[in-house]
Amino acid sequence: MYSVATEETLRVMGGHADLVTGVQLNPHNHMQLYSSSLDGSIKLWDFMDGIPIKTFTVGSKLLALYALASSEDSVFVVIPKSDTFQLVSVKLTKAAGQDLEAKELSVVLDGVDTSPKRIAFGREGEYVASVKEVNLQVFFFKRKQLNRFSVSAIKTKSGNNHFTCIACHPTEDCIATGHADGKIRLWRNFYHKKDYTFSTLHWHHDTVMDLAFSMEGTSLLSGGVESVLVLWHNESDCQKDFLPRLGSAIEYISMSSDGALCCTLHTDNRITIINSNLRFSKSIQGLIKSKTGLVVDPRTKALVLNGEPGHLQFYCLQSDQQLFSLDIVQRQYIHQAGLNQADLVKVAFSAQGKWLATVEEREEVTDPELQLKLWFYDEETQSFKLNTRINMPHEDHITDMCFREMDELEDDSLILVTAGRDCVFKVWVMVEDTDPEGSVSWSCDFVGSYHNYQATNCCFSEDGSLLAVSFEETVTVWDSVTWDLKCTFCHPPGKIRNICFGRLTCSKYLIGATDYGFLCCWNLLSCAMEWSAHLNVLVLQPDPLSEHIAAVSWLSKESSLFVFKPNEPRPIYIQRNLCKEKIQLAAFVPRDEPETIGSEKYHWLRRSQLFFLTDTQELMTLSTKSLEERLTPSSKQLAVEESLPVTPFSLLLGKHRRQQSHEDIDLGKLVHNKHKQESPAVKELLHTPAHVLPSASFLCPIFINSLLISKENKSAEEVADEVEMESEKTEDDSDEERGVTEMEQEDTSAMELLGEMTCKLSKSQEKELRKIRKMDYSWISAF
Amino acid sequence: VYNFAANYFQEKVIPGHETRSVEALCWAAGDRLFGAGLSGDITEYDLALLCVARSVDGCGGPIWSMAANSSGTQLAIGCEDGSVKLFQVVPGGIQFERNLDRRKGRILCLSWHPSDTHIAAGSIDFLRVFDVCSGNSQPERIMVNYHVLKVRRECIVWSIAFLSSGTVITSDSFGRVQFWDWQRGTLMESHTVSTSAVLSLAVSEKEDSIIVGTSTGATYQFQLLPVKMGSLEKRWVRTKPFQHHTHDVRAVAHSSTALISGGLDAQLVIRPLMEKMQKKGYDAALRKFTFPHRRLVSCARKARLLLFQFSQHLELWRLGSTDETGKDGEVLPLCRMPEHLVQLKSKGPEHIYCSCVSPCGSWVAYSTASRFHLYRVQYEGDGISIKKVPKVPKLLLPAYQLQFSSDSGSLFVASARGSVHVLQLLEPGGCKHLHTFRPPSGSPEAVYLLASSADGHWLAAVGGDWAIHIYDLKCFKHHCTVPTYSCAVTALAIHPVTNNLVIAYSDQQLFEFSIPEKQYTAWSRMVQNCGLHRVWLERDSPITHITFNPKNPSHILLHDIYMFCVLDKSLPLPDNSALLMNQSTLKQLPETARQRQLHAFKICKKFQPLLFADLLDENCLVMVERPIMDIKTQLPLPIQQKKFGT
Repeated sequence: MYSVATEETLRVMGGHADLVTGVQLNPHNHMQLYSSSLDGSIKLWDFMDGIPIKTFTVGSKLLALYALASSEDSVFVVIPKSDTFQLVSVKLTKAAGQDLEAKELSVVLDGVDTSPKRIAFGREGEYVASVKEVNLQVFFFKRKQLNRFSVSAIKTKSGNNHFTCIACHPTEDCIATGHADGKIRLWRNFYHKKDYTFSTLHWHHDTVMDLAFSMEGTSLLSGGVESVLVLWHNESDCQKDFLPRLGSAIEYISMSSDGALCCTLHTDNRITIINSNLRFSKSIQGLIKSKTGLVVDPRTKALVLNGEPGHLQFYCLQSDQQLFSLDIVQRQYIHQAGLNQADLVKVAFSAQGKWLATVEEREEVTDPELQLKLWFYDEETQSFKLNTRINMPHEDHITDMCFREMDELEDDSLILVTAGRDCVFKVWVMVEDTDPEGSVSWSCDFVGSYHNYQATNCCFSEDGSLLAVSFEETVTVWDSVTWDLKCTFCHPPGKIRNICFGRLTCSKYLIGATDYGFLCCWNLLSCAMEWSAHLNVLVLQPDPLSEHIAAVSWLSKESSLFVFKPNEPRPIYIQRNLCKEKIQLAAFVPRDEPETIGSEKYHWLRRSQLFFLTDTQELMTLSTKSLEERLTPSSKQLAVEESLPVTPFSLLLGKHRRQQSHEDIDLGKLVHNKHKQESPAVKELLHTPAHVLPSASFLCPIFINSLLISKENKSAEEVADEVEMESEKTEDDSDEERGVTEMEQEDTSAMELLGEMTCKLSKSQEKELRKIRKMDYSWISAF
Repeated sequence: VYNFAANYFQEKVIPGHETRSVEALCWAAGDRLFGAGLSGDITEYDLALLCVARSVDGCGGPIWSMAANSSGTQLAIGCEDGSVKLFQVVPGGIQFERNLDRRKGRILCLSWHPSDTHIAAGSIDFLRVFDVCSGNSQPERIMVNYHVLKVRRECIVWSIAFLSSGTVITSDSFGRVQFWDWQRGTLMESHTVSTSAVLSLAVSEKEDSIIVGTSTGATYQFQLLPVKMGSLEKRWVRTKPFQHHTHDVRAVAHSSTALISGGLDAQLVIRPLMEKMQKKGYDAALRKFTFPHRRLVSCARKARLLLFQFSQHLELWRLGSTDETGKDGEVLPLCRMPEHLVQLKSKGPEHIYCSCVSPCGSWVAYSTASRFHLYRVQYEGDGISIKKVPKVPKLLLPAYQLQFSSDSGSLFVASARGSVHVLQLLEPGGCKHLHTFRPPSGSPEAVYLLASSADGHWLAAVGGDWAIHIYDLKCFKHHCTVPTYSCAVTALAIHPVTNNLVIAYSDQQLFEFSIPEKQYTAWSRMVQNCGLHRVWLERDSPITHITFNPKNPSHILLHDIYMFCVLDKSLPLPDNSALLMNQSTLKQLPETARQRQLHAFKICKKFQPLLFADLLDENCLVMVERPIMDIKTQLPLPIQQKKFGT
């Protein structure tokens, strides 16, 4: 949940076991929302507090969710049925309890599309319209009439006229459909099978991705790959407004219920919020899928990868938001298939993040167009400024690039090394310009090569004195002052895939991985191999703050992670089957403060966190905590059944009163509940701020009664018959317990997280504890 | 005048007049057709004689618009001087009735309220609604340019329609279609359909659909649709756009099943409304008419000359020739280039009705509304001399069709009231009226098609009542009448060997009538029993010329605008499952399979649009194409529009 005012992420609600496929506000309660997921469940949330109220289990995969104001107790979902998909209405039972079965399904439409954009409900829920390929079907609920229409399946140069999306007019009988050839058709009179009619609006040159009507239906919004939001007035082809340059293709459009805002969802993981007068308001940018580059900005500790075409995104891991986007290529991006456009391929930061080097390429069949750009961080503007641009730094693709990282030294020791497929590596240094301002620029200082092999990797040792450059099968080590070749290592057969130097205590080691499936460690002092291991390493990533090196291997279609120190051939940590995809890149992100990690196994994660980028462009990390633990703060674990504003107090009181009335029903469950031996009433009382509590005299009897439970419980456990006998006495207490058990089930996880209250008390201890409590609070009853 | 019942056949053509441009046409008092134009006259046309019946001066300067009331008893005209005049339609003419309240500004369009009590008139920047009784307009004027304040341009109301609900619809030069409440003078709805002017507008009879035509060549349909299912609230919604024209759509009409538009690009487009169609068929297809449904070319076979008829002149060409031979598909080099022999300019502003060249090439005849001309052409080596034949007999003019006999000895002149005059041509340049044929029962309609037999014995004539009369030329008497068929005849010809009359009707049916036996031939009966191929019947242009191959009597050569066909009577007719246009597939088949696949229709679509085809001798065929581009280049430039992606 985001704030439209501040772009801030307000809340993350988690609980579905698979992809969330639909989110709909509850039309009968504006504080609640429904969500559906591929895991086959519909959840009802109180989104203000982030609390799941109910979970309805449907069973089959849910691909889309629709909630209607006109249908009181059911929602509509798309479920698979053999090869096709159907739209069904699901009756959401009103029964009490949190986990409910929703098995009462009735089919509304057959043969629908899976995309949620291709079904829409009409004015006041009178009809539902669905499109698939070239067919439109409209089902009228009241008349139980199904009308089918189709457009001729012609294929033209600009594409076919398949339907892509649909929207219904909020107050009139009008359906807008978007087509793959960029046309929008407005259907009317569709309750007549023959007399139906449509008009066409055409501006988009490519697929219309989504459509949305304004709240009154006077205007229509459409978006597509052109990254332009089009506002059509009065369904007229001649009156339209545009909001251009939205950055990337529009996937979804949504209008706020008051019509004041609209938002567009883009292919680059961004939500743009737009005012009703079609002015850009705000944007919420997540991580953009990127092909290459995963480095850490030393200054902001943000992950840096390429985002929009030709841009570098700085992605803040903590807030899951983009910090900013730096335009590297500085050319207009043209959305057109088959057009070769310059894109960013390599990124490197200097140690303090003062300099940034980027390489961009334009893929041409004959010769690639290369540019090396060096950017200087401007403290005043707080952004990178282009310092030097070098055209064609290498004759062929640049394979690797690194800065000499020397923290304590002056600027003039800063060196950039690029390795290219044109069989050379080049050393670039800063030179003072001749102009009086004394600005600097970069120029080539040294060109090294080795037996005319392609240079594949380069890497500086930690102190910057040595440069290792791999040339196909050989690793060469160069003195970074004199640029003499010091020594060479190789481990035939197999070309070198990755190299890196050890750090801190292990700085005398050089690690290399070959594409023949070996991981080798050479000792730089003895110039001999220290150890080698048979491992098909794809990524080799040293932790900048420790000696640890992470190696990701690819074996039998799964990626595995090995963490080791160069000085011993045994890995510290092995995580097999990390994921099913190939991992392309990895990066260690330093933590702000070292984390306390109990387990020895994860000790290497103390100083920094490891992130991976897979070839399906998923960013993954290794964490000791589960997702839910990180997402759900412990204060939000109260289950709320009513969606009205709920204070812990009303919860406490309300539940108490209500359940008094039908206490008998609950008796059967009593036995079960007795197992939970903690006193939640006390806990709740203590957790509630004092100023919202009722007067102490009111609370007292409840409170004291709650303390009486322990005895009853005990008896209940021992002799089931006694329960019935004594039930009358214990009614209050048992209620208290039952009301809270639901919460407790969730609480346990939070408990473990805190690591403090995990140890369970033995029965005798509890008894003692209760006695103490009784004594403690006995003074209350005196009043 | 197109006949919708007869497959949209262009049944009557009233030739034009240079000084009499027609701005408005309307039907009144039954089937009386009135026209008005910038000459300031109101003209009534005689549809039987295809000429101007009478003309009355409107006395208001150029007339821009004319409308008849729903009962057809009154005509209103809108004039240059801003006056709206009412005329009473009386038998035998029209009578000026009164002037309505005059204001400055030309009246460009008019529309009667269906109850005949009010007239809406569109002018520049405003529209007015007149009370027919009082002659005043109340409110005086409704300004239409009120909503366009940015640019001070005049807003021309090009077209107007008055609905029975009291709504006035206007279309204007700003590309808007607007709906007005005339009593309050307020705008109810405004739809901008185009960036250029909306020139024409027509309302369906039920008043639930309108069609507008714009100057970009696009037409749009508006429909009155309920806003919600079952509710009474209705709204005009622009629904379908059509782009059939390249130039201004000057006129539109709305029939109950089709939208009809005509434009400056010389095309008449009939777009059927699919939802009103009960079944697929001839009516459910889009029709485009660019060329007249009659023959404008005549051929002198022996002299190898072609005569082209234009609206105000004739061109006589000598065909080129070659002495080489080649295979199918080859283009042979010419040894003699085609030669433009002479151009005959018609005198006066009248357009030519018909023309003909004799088979020997030495006679050329043409007719206008008031004059008939006969020329004697003499060839002296490369030179040519043309001499007008003096003292042509005074005939009842105009002539609707001319036909020389095959021996060039006489000329048949189709005339009014079903009569055909026979003129005898005399050497070295004279003529004499021989006889006048009249149908035995009489006919009010003019003869529009003639065919004479090669042996000079028979003459077939078709009148506007579609009756075909056959006359005996030897004894100058009426021979017989072909049984009438419920459709217009588009072409007919008499076979030179068998003297069978082959008739093509506008519903694409073909008949063969034996003149000597006075009955349909066996083949014709067989054709009627089996029925013609579906594809053949669904063609949308009529057969305009029929000719024969004297060497192969079973061959009939026919053509329309889009195809040329050799009909071989000796071969079986194709059934509906067979491929009608099978020439290209036949070529690829081996000889034995080809024999099995053969059927009577051999169709060639290589030449389009085909104006004329005729067999000169047994191995020489002449085809006349009129490329669309030739016509397009003579049109004014269309409105420039940016096309995306260019």
